[in-house]
This record gives sequence, C-alpha cells and structure tokens, in this order.
Amino acid sequence: MQHLCDIAERFLSQAPACDYWTLRLVEEEHDHLEVRQGVVEPSRLTYTSGAMVTLVKDGGIGYGATSDLSAAGLRAAAERAAGWARVHARLGLFEAGIYPRSSTRADYRTPVEEPWSTLPIGEKLDILQAANDALAIDDRIVDWSAWLARRRVSQLLITSDGGRVSQVLDYVHPGLVAVANAGSQTQRRHGGGSDGSQQGGLERIVAVCLLEEAPRVAEEALALLDAPECPTDTRDLVLLPSQMVLQIHESIGHPLELDRILGDERNYAGTSFVTPGMFGRYRYGSELLNVTFDPTVPMELVSGVADDEGAPAVREYLIRRGILERPLGGALSQARAGLPGTANTRASSWDRPPIDRMGNINLEPGEGSLADLIAQVERGILMDTNRSWSIDDSRNKFQFGCELGRLIEDGELKGLVRNPGYRGISASFWRSLDGVGGPESLEIRGVCNCGKGEPNQSVYVGHATPPCLFRDVAVFGGGE
Amino acid sequence: MNADAFFALADHLNAELHGAEILFSNLSNESSDFVRLNRNRVRQAGHVGATALDLTLIEGSKQVEGGCDLSGDPTEDQVRARRLLARLRERLAHVPDDPYLSYSAEPSESDRRSDARLPPAAEAIGALIESADGMDLVGIWASGEIAEGLASSIGHRHWHASASFNLDWSCYLEADKAVKSAYSGFDWDPAILRAKLEAMREGLHIMSRPARILEPGRYRAYLAPSAVGELMGMLAWGGFDLKSHRTHQTPLLKMTRGKRSFDPRIGIHEEHDRGLAPRFTAEGFPTPPRVALVEGGRFAGCLVDARSGKEYGEPVNAASDAPGSLGLDAGTLDVADVAGQLDTGLWIGNLWYCNWSDPNDCRVTGMTRFGTYWVEAGEIVAPVKVMRFDDSLYHLLGDRLEGLTRERELLLSAETYDGRSTDSALLPGVLVSGIDLTL
Repeated sequence: MQHLCDIAERFLSQAPACDYWTLRLVEEEHDHLEVRQGVVEPSRLTYTSGAMVTLVKDGGIGYGATSDLSAAGLRAAAERAAGWARVHARLGLFEAGIYPRSSTRADYRTPVEEPWSTLPIGEKLDILQAANDALAIDDRIVDWSAWLARRRVSQLLITSDGGRVSQVLDYVHPGLVAVANAGSQTQRRHGGGSDGSQQGGLERIVAVCLLEEAPRVAEEALALLDAPECPTDTRDLVLLPSQMVLQIHESIGHPLELDRILGDERNYAGTSFVTPGMFGRYRYGSELLNVTFDPTVPMELVSGVADDEGAPAVREYLIRRGILERPLGGALSQARAGLPGTANTRASSWDRPPIDRMGNINLEPGEGSLADLIAQVERGILMDTNRSWSIDDSRNKFQFGCELGRLIEDGELKGLVRNPGYRGISASFWRSLDGVGGPESLEIRGVCNCGKGEPNQSVYVGHATPPCLFRDVAVFGGGE
Repeated sequence: MNADAFFALADHLNAELHGAEILFSNLSNESSDFVRLNRNRVRQAGHVGATALDLTLIEGSKQVEGGCDLSGDPTEDQVRARRLLARLRERLAHVPDDPYLSYSAEPSESDRRSDARLPPAAEAIGALIESADGMDLVGIWASGEIAEGLASSIGHRHWHASASFNLDWSCYLEADKAVKSAYSGFDWDPAILRAKLEAMREGLHIMSRPARILEPGRYRAYLAPSAVGELMGMLAWGGFDLKSHRTHQTPLLKMTRGKRSFDPRIGIHEEHDRGLAPRFTAEGFPTPPRVALVEGGRFAGCLVDARSGKEYGEPVNAASDAPGSLGLDAGTLDVADVAGQLDTGLWIGNLWYCNWSDPNDCRVTGMTRFGTYWVEAGEIVAPVKVMRFDDSLYHLLGDRLEGLTRERELLLSAETYDGRSTDSALLPGVLVSGIDLTL
C-alpha cells in the first residue's frame, strides 16, 4: 500500500485543475497452481498495476486509464480524461454536476490467518497432488484436477475533496473437478471450494475440506453416469446454496441493478423487468423473501468499507418480507433516477470506470434445517451445484441446470438423477418460495466471473444464502 | 509500446538469462478510446492505455509463466520485467519437470501491420449522435491501436498490429422492442453508418406493431448470421478443442463416435488466414491457413494448442483451444428469398445468453433478442415477444436444416473483457424446419 501512496503523492503534486477529480490506483497479484491427472500444470504469477483518473471539468466527466504510473504517465491520463470531459460536456447523458463527490476516509484489509507466503510452493503442490490422486478412483474418471488460486487486490482511492480509501482484499480459491465418462454420457462434479469462494488466506484449504472432499466428488461423478435422467414434470424444488447463489444472482441481483433500469446496459447485459415505480410496493416474492446488500459480512467476497467512488459501505434491505424496497444503484445512478440505492459502484480493475454492480447480495435465513425443508416435500427434486445458466435480457425467463439432482418423495431424499434443470419466470418464481433454511444452514459463497458493462468488466460478487424450497416448478432432464 | 521498444526489452531480458534458460516474451498493447452511449448521448467516455508483458521461463523440462503490466518507459519497464524474471527464476527451482512442455525450437519472424483510416473518436461519436437524432440509441464505440508481439531467446520475433474501430449498438422503441446493428473495420465511412441507421429505422417501424406472443412449441425459423454466431459460440465452448475430445467432454462426443452428425452441407473451419488474430502462438508455432473442424456434417479435426499437442501427440494448429476466426460454409439460399422460403415462422435476428442445456446431446438453451419477427406468407408481419429455445444442434444443424444463405456476414467481436478482441466469424444465415421454444 505504501507503493500506491507514493504514486498518489506523485499525482497530488500535479493535481489537475478541475471541479473534482478522483485517482483510483490498483495493484493485483495473482498466482495459480494446478495439478491435472498427476501432472503439475505450468504455474502462473501475474502482477498488474495501473491508475484510473476521473475528472469533472467544464461541465463534463472524462476517464483516463494508464499502466504508466510515472508523473508523466499520470499527467497524460489526466489530459486524456479532460479531453473526454469536454466531449461529455457537449454530448453527455446528464449534467456533470450530479457526479458524486467523496471525502470518505477509511481502510480495510482482509483478516488473513495464514498468508499465502507462509507455505512454500512445494508444499502447496504436495497438497494438490494428494487431492488430485484422491480423485482418480476409477478408470471411468477421464479427467481430474485440483487447484489453488491466489488473488490480492490493493486499491487506493483519493479524491480532490480529501477522500482516501485504502482496501486490501485477499483471496485463496481452492477447487476440485472430476470428469466421468461411460459411452456417450459424460458427467462433471466440482467441489473442494470451487464454487464457494470467500476472502481469506491459506486457511481456506482446510475450511473447504479440499483433501477430504475429493473422494466424494469423484464418487458422485461416477454415480451420475448410471443415474436416471431427471424427470420432466412440475414438482417442488429444493435448491442447495450451491445453486441458490446463481438463482439470487441472476433473478434478483441483476434485475435490481439501477443502471440496467436506467437503460445503460440495454445493448449488452440487458434491461430489467423492474421499473422505478415498483420500489416500495412491488411484491417480488413470498413473505419469506428477505434480501440484503451487505458489505459487512465477514469474509464474504465483496466485504469492505466503501465502493469505488468512495461511498461508505452500509447494509441495506433490497427486499423485505417479499416487498421490493430499493435498487442496487451507486450514488450517480441514485442521482439520475431519484431513488435510494446502495454503495455498489465498482470497477473490475484500474482500466475500467466503475458502474453499478452487485456487492454481497444475500438471502437472509429463515428457520429450520435442510432436513426440515425436505420433510415438507411430498414429490420433488433437490438440486446441487450450478452448471448451466441462461436468462432473458429483462432477467425474467430463466433456465438453470445443476450438476446433481436427487428425488424427494414423501419428505425423504431418494435416488440420484442426472442432468437436472428447471425453468421459470423471475416475476413469479420467488412468489413460490415456501421455505428458507435457518442460520445454521446459511452458506457464504459467491461467483467470481460476473460479466457486465461496455467495455466489458468481470468482477467478484458475494452471495450468502441458506437452502430454499420452491413449489410447483417446471423441472427436466437431459437428452435431445 | 511499439515493436522496436518491445524487441529491445526482450533482447535486454534475453541477455540476463542464465546457462541453458530459454525465455519467451509475449506483449499485448492497446491504446483504446471507449465511449458508452445511452439514449443517443454519451454515458461514459474515456481512454485506456495498457501494456502487458507475459514471460515463460524454461530450463530443461521445467517451465513457469508470469505476467506484469508495463509503463511504456524503457527504464521502468526493464525494472518491472527483470523483477518478474527473477521471481520466475526463483520459482523454477521448485517445480517438477513438465512432460507437456512444448515450444517451437525453430526461430521465425513475421511483421503484420494493418493500415486504417480512423476518425478521431470524438468526431465519430458526434457524427453518430447527429445521424441517430430522434432514436433511442445505446451501445459502445471502441477504437484505436492494438498490438501483439512475441520474442524469444531462441530467435522468434513476431509483431502483429492493427488499428480498428468497432461500433456495436442497438436502437429501442420501448421495453424490449429493439433492433441491433454493428459497424466495425479499418476504414470509417459515415455513409455506411447512415445506411445502417436507416435500416434500423425501418426495423423499428415494424417493431411499432403489436408484438406477437408465441406459445411454447416447434416453429419454422430463419436464424440470421448474428443468431448463428451465438450457436457457433456454444460450439466454440469445448466443441473443437483436442483436450475436450480426448477427455470425452466435447458436446460433439456423439458426432466423434459416429452416432450423430450434422447435415452434409455443414462445414466449419478455423480460418486463420482470413482472421484478424496473430498467425503465431505464444510458444512460437506458426498457425496453418485453415483447420477443418466439421466437413460434410461430420467431425473432421480439432484445434490443437501447444500443450495439448504435446500431451496427445498432435501437431499444433492454433494458439488456443477455442476458435478465433471461425467460418461456417455458405449455402445456396439467397437472402432475398429467405422470407419466402420461411413462409410462416420466426425470423430470429439475434440470440442471447446461450448455455448448454445438456452437452451430452449438444442441446443448447437461450433467448431470442433484438430484431426477432413473426413472418406470414413470406412477409414480416410483427415483432415477437422474447422466447426461450431449448434444442439440440444435431437438429438445428442436422435433420431440421433446410438451407444456408449464399451470402455470409463477417462479424467482428465487440468483446473487451481481456482487451479488445481480435476474434471474428464469417457466417451465413440458417433456415430450419423447426426450433423448439419452451418458455
């Protein structure tokens, strides 16, 4: 962080003359280790660093991004931003005066128990070799991998109003995959934390049971080969947190993004079936549906102290007892729409301007265990681990698929079914929510590849959720 | 960063190598203007100058990879690159031999630079907004130079640079009633832009009619090249790469085993010689002009990157395992006759958010989006409310394929996740006797 502070001083010594500016400096370190079929894949160490200069000047807003962090490089980026501010002043969508100003001063650092550097690479590879070996339990396992990925993002935001927000986020992502094949049927099973990312250090390896999970992952991949297809029918549906993450993400998170509602994303990520008039009155789901924007949950992927425009991070209800309360919109979108919002303006890295993104979007727990949910089902399907996702550009008509399904009959789990999928419409699906697991069943997860924006940006998004029960859902299996 | 500066940096690093070390240096450079538009006004406008260096350090049978951003200042970049090299050297001592290490031991050189006539981005945006006056236009302008370079201590020296523009936009009438267009290339011509906008105004006129709401079921359909591009994008996801084939994960598994096939008129090729991507791989291998993937409706071959080639004993023919310059063979249908041939059914301008519904059976789901109409007796009569399809490509490109258009469209990717993409596809439209709509 001291390195970024030095660069910031460089910028401050020649700060551009304008109405308002921000400088967002980002450094990232990535490391990826993987063992596939007993062979250590080439490891990859990556370091990125750059600056995004935002200027409000002469009635316009402009951006300039550069990997040249010298005084001359920063000056050139500011000049580019000023040039685009002049264009925006002439042709802009809104008045530059509504651009949010920040004087927030805050610091955040992921509490890491075991830093990445405390384990030599040889020992990390030993762990991966052991996990990889444990996946190879049968000749029908035709591909298998174990990996560890590390990411550290150090970001310093300073503003001409005296704002200064420093955030250092650490991630260690372990994961496993086993691929089983028999004839023309291939099945994949993931585990070992591959879809349950959180902030943290090497302690994540133990937390996600990387080694212990391997036999189960491989056994389930094999078992799916011989399982019957998921029936095509209308049944009750129990979604485990590994699939609820996707359900929340696609059919609550995205439709509530205020920039989509304002039309910014209509050419790419799409619009939303949600309209401004719905906030405060629209029944999004059943009484059991409570959804928060919560950057305060310890270790969740996007927990921190402020967004990328310097708005302080505060927990807010998006949906309470099924009623839509507020959108996911940062300060700029709030000013454009005249609606309340959240501190969720984020950029994927130094080379993109921030836009409205999900942060941590969580479905608040209800009561009872997973077994209690299953006990309420006479004839249904339980689905585990997302494998396919598709939804319309208004975020309404969706179809999702999972890696594994289990029949539920008379309140009890029965046999496996393969290629399980379900489809529905967001506007009605959440009203069929009839059971939400309690706090003890809540899992903190997220996705690491949420794509949106023009130019494109991929970011991490956190989702904490218990398992949930939905009534009368169209389910189906595989085949032509 | 220009070619001379990159090769000078690579030479400097090569001079730092110890003993039998081998170094491959790859550069990605962009200087891009990005302008987002909404409601025919500028939403966000800015510039990105980014230079990234990737290094692969090899010693004997060991290798490690790494990357860092560069500043453009030669002295500072030497510091950054040497620091990365030192880290890789330190790591190299701790990794085992890599049985799939693969690189070209043959020195080679190339230099490909494309000329362009680009307007200043601000000028182009001004012209666009003026020409689209009164329209609800939303989209993205991207322009500027992109370059990729390769240098190795063995003697590879390759440079591939081009300047281009890519305007990708849509115009809305209301809610999800919209038409989409794209204009990209190397020579900017405002007359072409105006013609495309005029065509969109005509499309919006049709969009103003009450939308047809379809029930789930099977419908005759014409898929325009952009919609076909989405289906080809699905096949690009594991369909053609050697590793997916050898590990039985390809969605074309049944085709490779002779159990299913596409229509004999389907030919799919990776057209390296037609595309915009570099003709060299990061490991120094040249790419062949063309790779046959599907011919006569049957599996013909795979894309083989350096690592998979070594693992499975196949010659390298691609920089990655996904196509970047895909071509689908043309057919015999005149575009002007398509509506008549369709008679009654769906004209699908674009598909959206496709994913595998069941990869074992090459079954894809996705949504209709922009520019989708209902056709009756050969005439476009109404827009259609968005619908979900869920169908197997063994049907859409197989037993339900009626024809492919004679004309093909060159679609340049507007994707910018990892910098401005050089991917492209040359595709016809496809007429099918039925597509299954489910929701």
